[in-house]
Amino acid sequence: MSTHAPHLVLPVTPERDHIRGPATAPLTLLEYGDYECPYCGAAHPIVQEVRRRMGKRLCFVYRHFPLTNVHPHAELAAEAAEAAGAQGRFWEMHDRLFEHQDALSDEDLVAHADALGLDVERFARELADGVHAPKVRQDFVSGVRSGVNGTPCFYINGVRYDGQYDLASLLGAVEAVLRAA
Amino acid sequence: MSALQAGTKAPDFSLHTTPDQSVSLHEFRGRRLILAFYPADWSPVCSDQMSLYEVVRPEFQRHGAELLGISVDGVWCHLAFAKDRKIHYPLLSDFEPKGEVSRAYGVYHKSGVSERALFVLDESGTIRWSYVSPIGVNPGADGILNALEAMGGGRRS
Repeated sequence: MSTHAPHLVLPVTPERDHIRGPATAPLTLLEYGDYECPYCGAAHPIVQEVRRRMGKRLCFVYRHFPLTNVHPHAELAAEAAEAAGAQGRFWEMHDRLFEHQDALSDEDLVAHADALGLDVERFARELADGVHAPKVRQDFVSGVRSGVNGTPCFYINGVRYDGQYDLASLLGAVEAVLRAA
Repeated sequence: MSALQAGTKAPDFSLHTTPDQSVSLHEFRGRRLILAFYPADWSPVCSDQMSLYEVVRPEFQRHGAELLGISVDGVWCHLAFAKDRKIHYPLLSDFEPKGEVSRAYGVYHKSGVSERALFVLDESGTIRWSYVSPIGVNPGADGILNALEAMGGGRRS
Protein backbone atom coordinates (compact mmCIF):
# COMPACT_ATOMS: atom_id res chain seq x y z
CA MET A 1 0.00 0.00 0.00
CA SER A 2 1.36 3.39 -0.91
CA THR A 3 0.89 6.66 0.86
CA HIS A 4 1.28 10.17 -0.37
CA ALA A 5 2.25 13.25 1.60
CA PRO A 6 0.00 16.12 0.58
CA HIS A 7 2.33 18.91 -0.46
CA LEU A 8 1.79 21.86 -2.73
CA VAL A 9 3.05 20.85 -6.19
CA LEU A 10 2.80 24.27 -7.84
CA PRO A 11 5.06 26.71 -5.97
CA VAL A 12 3.72 30.15 -5.12
CA THR A 13 5.08 32.84 -7.41
CA PRO A 14 4.16 36.53 -7.56
CA GLU A 15 3.87 36.19 -11.36
CA ARG A 16 0.90 33.84 -11.30
CA ASP A 17 -0.50 34.00 -7.77
CA HIS A 18 -2.57 36.48 -5.84
CA ILE A 19 -0.59 37.26 -2.71
CA ARG A 20 -1.80 39.35 0.19
CA GLY A 21 0.92 40.49 2.56
CA PRO A 22 4.69 40.48 2.17
CA ALA A 23 5.83 37.72 -0.22
CA THR A 24 8.99 37.47 1.90
CA ALA A 25 7.00 36.63 5.07
CA PRO A 26 8.21 33.52 6.93
CA LEU A 27 4.69 32.07 6.74
CA THR A 28 2.61 31.43 3.66
CA LEU A 29 -1.02 30.44 4.17
CA LEU A 30 -2.54 29.24 0.92
CA GLU A 31 -6.21 28.48 0.41
CA TYR A 32 -7.86 26.52 -2.38
CA GLY A 33 -11.40 27.83 -2.27
CA ASP A 34 -14.76 28.16 -3.98
CA TYR A 35 -16.76 31.39 -3.77
CA GLU A 36 -20.05 29.50 -3.59
CA CYS A 37 -18.94 27.06 -0.90
CA PRO A 38 -20.53 27.89 2.48
CA TYR A 39 -17.57 26.46 4.38
CA CYS A 40 -15.20 28.78 2.48
CA GLY A 41 -17.56 31.65 3.22
CA ALA A 42 -17.41 30.77 6.90
CA ALA A 43 -13.61 30.52 6.77
CA HIS A 44 -13.20 33.93 5.10
CA PRO A 45 -13.49 36.10 8.27
CA ILE A 46 -11.27 33.59 10.11
CA VAL A 47 -8.56 33.98 7.48
CA GLN A 48 -8.90 37.77 7.69
CA GLU A 49 -8.43 37.63 11.46
CA VAL A 50 -5.42 35.31 11.18
CA ARG A 51 -3.87 37.76 8.70
CA ARG A 52 -4.60 40.69 11.01
CA ARG A 53 -3.05 38.99 14.04
CA MET A 54 0.01 37.67 12.21
CA GLY A 55 0.70 40.94 10.44
CA LYS A 56 3.92 41.01 8.42
CA ARG A 57 4.83 37.47 9.49
CA LEU A 58 2.27 35.96 7.12
CA CYS A 59 1.27 36.23 3.51
CA PHE A 60 -1.96 34.80 2.21
CA VAL A 61 -2.40 33.21 -1.21
CA TYR A 62 -5.72 32.26 -2.77
CA ARG A 63 -6.25 29.78 -5.59
CA HIS A 64 -9.51 28.72 -7.19
CA PHE A 65 -11.05 25.30 -6.69
CA PRO A 66 -14.61 25.61 -8.01
CA LEU A 67 -16.69 22.49 -7.34
CA THR A 68 -18.80 23.12 -10.39
CA ASN A 69 -21.17 20.17 -10.10
CA VAL A 70 -22.54 21.24 -6.73
CA HIS A 71 -21.92 25.00 -7.13
CA PRO A 72 -23.26 26.24 -10.48
CA HIS A 73 -21.99 29.82 -9.98
CA ALA A 74 -18.54 28.96 -8.64
CA GLU A 75 -16.67 28.84 -11.95
CA LEU A 76 -17.84 32.21 -13.22
CA ALA A 77 -17.38 33.77 -9.79
CA ALA A 78 -13.74 32.60 -9.86
CA GLU A 79 -13.31 34.05 -13.34
CA ALA A 80 -14.91 37.29 -12.08
CA ALA A 81 -12.27 37.58 -9.37
CA GLU A 82 -9.59 37.06 -12.03
CA ALA A 83 -11.24 39.63 -14.31
CA ALA A 84 -11.18 42.10 -11.42
CA GLY A 85 -7.55 41.09 -10.90
CA ALA A 86 -6.81 42.01 -14.51
CA GLN A 87 -7.87 45.50 -13.50
CA GLY A 88 -5.75 45.40 -10.34
CA ARG A 89 -8.67 44.70 -7.97
CA PHE A 90 -8.53 40.97 -7.27
CA TRP A 91 -8.73 41.18 -3.48
CA GLU A 92 -11.58 43.69 -3.44
CA MET A 93 -13.63 41.34 -5.61
CA HIS A 94 -12.50 38.30 -3.59
CA ASP A 95 -13.75 39.86 -0.34
CA ARG A 96 -16.94 41.05 -1.95
CA LEU A 97 -17.81 37.61 -3.36
CA PHE A 98 -17.30 35.91 -0.01
CA GLU A 99 -19.39 38.61 1.65
CA HIS A 100 -22.19 38.16 -0.91
CA GLN A 101 -22.38 34.41 -1.44
CA ASP A 102 -26.13 34.71 -2.04
CA ALA A 103 -25.54 37.06 -4.99
CA LEU A 104 -23.36 35.23 -7.53
CA SER A 105 -25.55 35.17 -10.64
CA ASP A 106 -24.14 36.55 -13.90
CA GLU A 107 -26.02 39.81 -13.32
CA ASP A 108 -24.80 39.98 -9.71
CA LEU A 109 -21.18 39.61 -10.83
CA VAL A 110 -21.52 42.56 -13.20
CA ALA A 111 -23.16 44.55 -10.40
CA HIS A 112 -20.22 43.75 -8.11
CA ALA A 113 -17.81 44.93 -10.79
CA ASP A 114 -19.80 48.13 -11.13
CA ALA A 115 -19.82 48.66 -7.35
CA LEU A 116 -16.03 48.32 -7.30
CA GLY A 117 -15.73 50.93 -10.04
CA LEU A 118 -14.28 48.53 -12.60
CA ASP A 119 -14.44 48.97 -16.36
CA VAL A 120 -17.67 46.95 -16.53
CA GLU A 121 -17.67 46.58 -20.29
CA ARG A 122 -14.22 45.00 -20.27
CA PHE A 123 -15.14 42.87 -17.23
CA ALA A 124 -18.30 41.51 -18.90
CA ARG A 125 -16.49 40.88 -22.16
CA GLU A 126 -13.71 38.92 -20.44
CA LEU A 127 -16.28 36.77 -18.63
CA ALA A 128 -18.25 36.15 -21.84
CA ASP A 129 -15.07 35.19 -23.69
CA GLY A 130 -13.80 32.96 -20.90
CA VAL A 131 -10.50 34.87 -20.90
CA HIS A 132 -9.66 33.79 -17.37
CA ALA A 133 -10.96 30.21 -17.58
CA PRO A 134 -7.49 28.74 -18.27
CA LYS A 135 -6.07 30.38 -15.13
CA VAL A 136 -8.92 29.04 -13.01
CA ARG A 137 -8.41 25.60 -14.55
CA GLN A 138 -4.68 25.77 -13.82
CA ASP A 139 -5.43 26.61 -10.20
CA PHE A 140 -7.91 23.73 -10.00
CA VAL A 141 -5.57 21.16 -11.52
CA SER A 142 -2.69 22.29 -9.29
CA GLY A 143 -5.03 21.76 -6.34
CA VAL A 144 -6.00 18.27 -7.44
CA ARG A 145 -2.33 17.37 -7.85
CA SER A 146 -1.56 18.82 -4.42
CA GLY A 147 -4.14 16.64 -2.71
CA VAL A 148 -7.02 19.07 -2.29
CA ASN A 149 -9.88 16.90 -1.02
CA GLY A 150 -12.57 19.49 -0.42
CA THR A 151 -12.96 23.19 0.14
CA PRO A 152 -11.59 25.16 1.79
CA CYS A 153 -8.23 23.38 1.70
CA PHE A 154 -5.32 25.16 3.38
CA TYR A 155 -1.56 24.77 3.00
CA ILE A 156 0.84 26.24 5.52
CA ASN A 157 4.28 26.73 4.00
CA GLY A 158 3.37 24.21 1.31
CA VAL A 159 2.07 21.41 3.53
CA ARG A 160 -1.63 20.56 3.61
CA TYR A 161 -3.32 21.51 6.84
CA ASP A 162 -5.89 18.90 7.84
CA GLY A 163 -7.15 20.48 11.06
CA GLN A 164 -10.21 22.55 11.83
CA TYR A 165 -10.42 26.10 10.55
CA ASP A 166 -11.90 27.89 13.50
CA LEU A 167 -9.74 30.84 14.61
CA ALA A 168 -7.96 29.12 17.51
CA SER A 169 -7.06 26.04 15.44
CA LEU A 170 -5.84 27.87 12.35
CA LEU A 171 -3.97 30.49 14.35
CA GLY A 172 -2.40 27.78 16.50
CA ALA A 173 -1.31 25.90 13.40
CA VAL A 174 0.40 28.85 11.71
CA GLU A 175 2.09 29.87 14.97
CA ALA A 176 3.38 26.32 15.44
CA VAL A 177 4.90 26.35 11.95
CA LEU A 178 6.46 29.74 12.65
CA ARG A 179 8.02 28.45 15.89
CA ALA A 180 9.38 25.39 14.12
CA ALA A 181 10.83 27.47 11.26
CA MET B 1 -8.52 -8.35 5.66
CA SER B 2 -6.11 -6.37 3.52
CA ALA B 3 -6.64 -4.71 0.19
CA LEU B 4 -5.52 -6.40 -3.03
CA GLN B 5 -2.11 -5.10 -4.02
CA ALA B 6 -0.52 -3.92 -7.25
CA GLY B 7 0.20 -6.79 -9.63
CA THR B 8 -2.95 -8.69 -8.68
CA LYS B 9 -5.58 -9.52 -11.30
CA ALA B 10 -8.71 -7.54 -10.40
CA PRO B 11 -11.59 -9.92 -9.59
CA ASP B 12 -14.42 -9.62 -12.08
CA PHE B 13 -17.84 -8.51 -10.86
CA SER B 14 -21.23 -7.48 -12.10
CA LEU B 15 -23.17 -4.97 -10.00
CA HIS B 16 -26.34 -2.96 -10.44
CA THR B 17 -26.00 0.75 -11.08
CA THR B 18 -29.74 1.30 -11.61
CA PRO B 19 -32.67 -1.04 -10.91
CA ASP B 20 -32.47 -2.47 -14.44
CA GLN B 21 -28.85 -1.88 -15.48
CA SER B 22 -25.68 -3.51 -14.31
CA VAL B 23 -22.01 -2.89 -14.99
CA SER B 24 -19.38 -5.61 -15.25
CA LEU B 25 -15.67 -5.20 -14.81
CA HIS B 26 -14.81 -7.14 -17.97
CA GLU B 27 -16.67 -4.53 -20.06
CA PHE B 28 -13.75 -2.20 -19.32
CA ARG B 29 -11.06 -4.51 -20.71
CA GLY B 30 -8.75 -2.47 -22.93
CA ARG B 31 -9.31 0.69 -20.90
CA ARG B 32 -7.86 1.98 -17.68
CA LEU B 33 -10.25 1.98 -14.79
CA ILE B 34 -10.42 3.57 -11.35
CA LEU B 35 -12.46 1.76 -8.69
CA ALA B 36 -13.39 4.02 -5.79
CA PHE B 37 -14.91 2.08 -2.90
CA TYR B 38 -16.50 4.35 -0.29
CA PRO B 39 -18.48 3.84 2.92
CA ALA B 40 -21.76 5.53 2.11
CA ASP B 41 -23.69 8.01 0.01
CA TRP B 42 -24.62 11.34 1.62
CA SER B 43 -21.43 12.40 3.38
CA PRO B 44 -21.00 16.17 3.98
CA VAL B 45 -21.37 18.23 0.84
CA CYS B 46 -18.25 20.24 0.18
CA SER B 47 -15.72 17.65 1.22
CA ASP B 48 -17.47 14.79 -0.47
CA GLN B 49 -15.06 12.50 -2.28
CA MET B 50 -17.45 11.25 -4.94
CA SER B 51 -18.52 14.77 -5.76
CA LEU B 52 -14.87 15.84 -6.05
CA TYR B 53 -14.20 12.99 -8.48
CA GLU B 54 -16.99 14.19 -10.75
CA VAL B 55 -15.23 17.53 -11.08
CA VAL B 56 -11.82 15.89 -11.51
CA ARG B 57 -13.10 13.32 -14.04
CA PRO B 58 -11.78 15.22 -17.08
CA GLU B 59 -8.27 14.82 -15.63
CA PHE B 60 -8.81 11.09 -15.24
CA GLN B 61 -10.08 10.91 -18.81
CA ARG B 62 -7.00 12.72 -20.08
CA HIS B 63 -5.12 9.68 -18.82
CA GLY B 64 -7.56 7.37 -20.58
CA ALA B 65 -9.19 6.21 -17.35
CA GLU B 66 -12.85 5.61 -16.57
CA LEU B 67 -14.22 5.74 -13.05
CA LEU B 68 -16.66 3.63 -11.02
CA GLY B 69 -17.84 4.36 -7.48
CA ILE B 70 -18.81 1.37 -5.31
CA SER B 71 -20.60 1.25 -1.97
CA VAL B 72 -23.08 -1.04 -0.23
CA ASP B 73 -25.91 1.46 -0.70
CA GLY B 74 -28.93 0.35 -2.72
CA VAL B 75 -29.57 1.53 -6.29
CA TRP B 76 -32.36 3.94 -5.32
CA CYS B 77 -30.09 5.57 -2.78
CA HIS B 78 -27.34 5.87 -5.43
CA LEU B 79 -29.78 7.41 -7.91
CA ALA B 80 -30.94 10.05 -5.44
CA PHE B 81 -27.37 10.78 -4.35
CA ALA B 82 -26.05 11.03 -7.91
CA LYS B 83 -28.90 13.34 -8.87
CA ASP B 84 -28.36 15.60 -5.87
CA ARG B 85 -24.59 15.86 -6.35
CA LYS B 86 -24.73 15.91 -10.15
CA ILE B 87 -22.56 12.81 -10.36
CA HIS B 88 -22.56 11.37 -13.88
CA TYR B 89 -20.22 8.40 -13.57
CA PRO B 90 -21.71 5.05 -12.49
CA LEU B 91 -22.22 4.36 -8.79
CA LEU B 92 -22.38 0.61 -8.23
CA SER B 93 -24.38 -1.11 -5.57
CA ASP B 94 -22.49 -3.83 -3.67
CA PHE B 95 -25.78 -4.69 -2.03
CA GLU B 96 -26.69 -8.32 -2.61
CA PRO B 97 -24.99 -10.32 -1.28
CA LYS B 98 -23.97 -7.33 0.76
CA GLY B 99 -20.34 -6.33 0.41
CA GLU B 100 -19.38 -9.36 -1.68
CA VAL B 101 -17.26 -7.38 -4.14
CA SER B 102 -15.74 -5.25 -1.39
CA ARG B 103 -14.70 -8.48 0.35
CA ALA B 104 -13.20 -9.83 -2.87
CA TYR B 105 -11.00 -6.72 -3.05
CA GLY B 106 -10.17 -6.96 0.66
CA VAL B 107 -11.84 -3.68 1.52
CA TYR B 108 -14.93 -4.62 3.51
CA HIS B 109 -14.96 -2.86 6.86
CA LYS B 110 -16.18 -4.73 9.93
CA SER B 111 -18.78 -2.01 10.53
CA GLY B 112 -20.67 -3.29 7.49
CA VAL B 113 -19.59 -0.83 4.80
CA SER B 114 -16.83 -0.60 2.21
CA GLU B 115 -13.54 0.95 3.21
CA ARG B 116 -12.50 4.19 1.54
CA ALA B 117 -10.28 2.40 -0.96
CA LEU B 118 -8.90 3.19 -4.39
CA PHE B 119 -7.74 0.83 -7.13
CA VAL B 120 -6.24 1.80 -10.46
CA LEU B 121 -6.47 -0.97 -13.09
CA ASP B 122 -4.58 -1.14 -16.35
CA GLU B 123 -5.91 -2.14 -19.77
CA SER B 124 -5.54 -5.84 -18.98
CA GLY B 125 -7.51 -5.59 -15.73
CA THR B 126 -4.46 -5.84 -13.48
CA ILE B 127 -4.31 -3.69 -10.37
CA ARG B 128 -1.47 -1.20 -10.74
CA TRP B 129 -2.04 0.83 -7.57
CA SER B 130 -4.20 0.52 -4.49
CA TYR B 131 -4.69 2.68 -1.47
CA VAL B 132 -6.88 2.46 1.62
CA SER B 133 -7.56 5.75 3.32
CA PRO B 134 -8.60 6.08 6.96
CA ILE B 135 -12.38 5.72 6.68
CA GLY B 136 -13.08 9.31 7.72
CA VAL B 137 -10.46 10.89 5.47
CA ASN B 138 -11.19 11.90 1.91
CA PRO B 139 -8.04 10.81 0.04
CA GLY B 140 -8.45 13.36 -2.77
CA ALA B 141 -7.39 12.54 -6.31
CA ASP B 142 -3.64 13.16 -6.35
CA GLY B 143 -2.73 9.53 -5.63
CA ILE B 144 -4.87 8.33 -8.53
CA LEU B 145 -3.35 10.85 -10.93
CA ASN B 146 0.18 10.03 -9.79
CA ALA B 147 -0.54 6.34 -10.39
CA LEU B 148 -1.98 6.99 -13.85
CA GLU B 149 1.01 9.17 -14.72
CA ALA B 150 3.43 6.47 -13.55
CA MET B 151 1.73 4.03 -15.95
CA GLY B 152 2.77 6.28 -18.84
CA GLY B 153 1.21 6.36 -22.31
CA GLY B 154 -2.54 6.17 -22.69
CA ARG B 155 -2.89 9.92 -22.53
CA ARG B 156 -5.69 11.38 -24.57
CA SER B 157 -5.82 15.12 -24.80
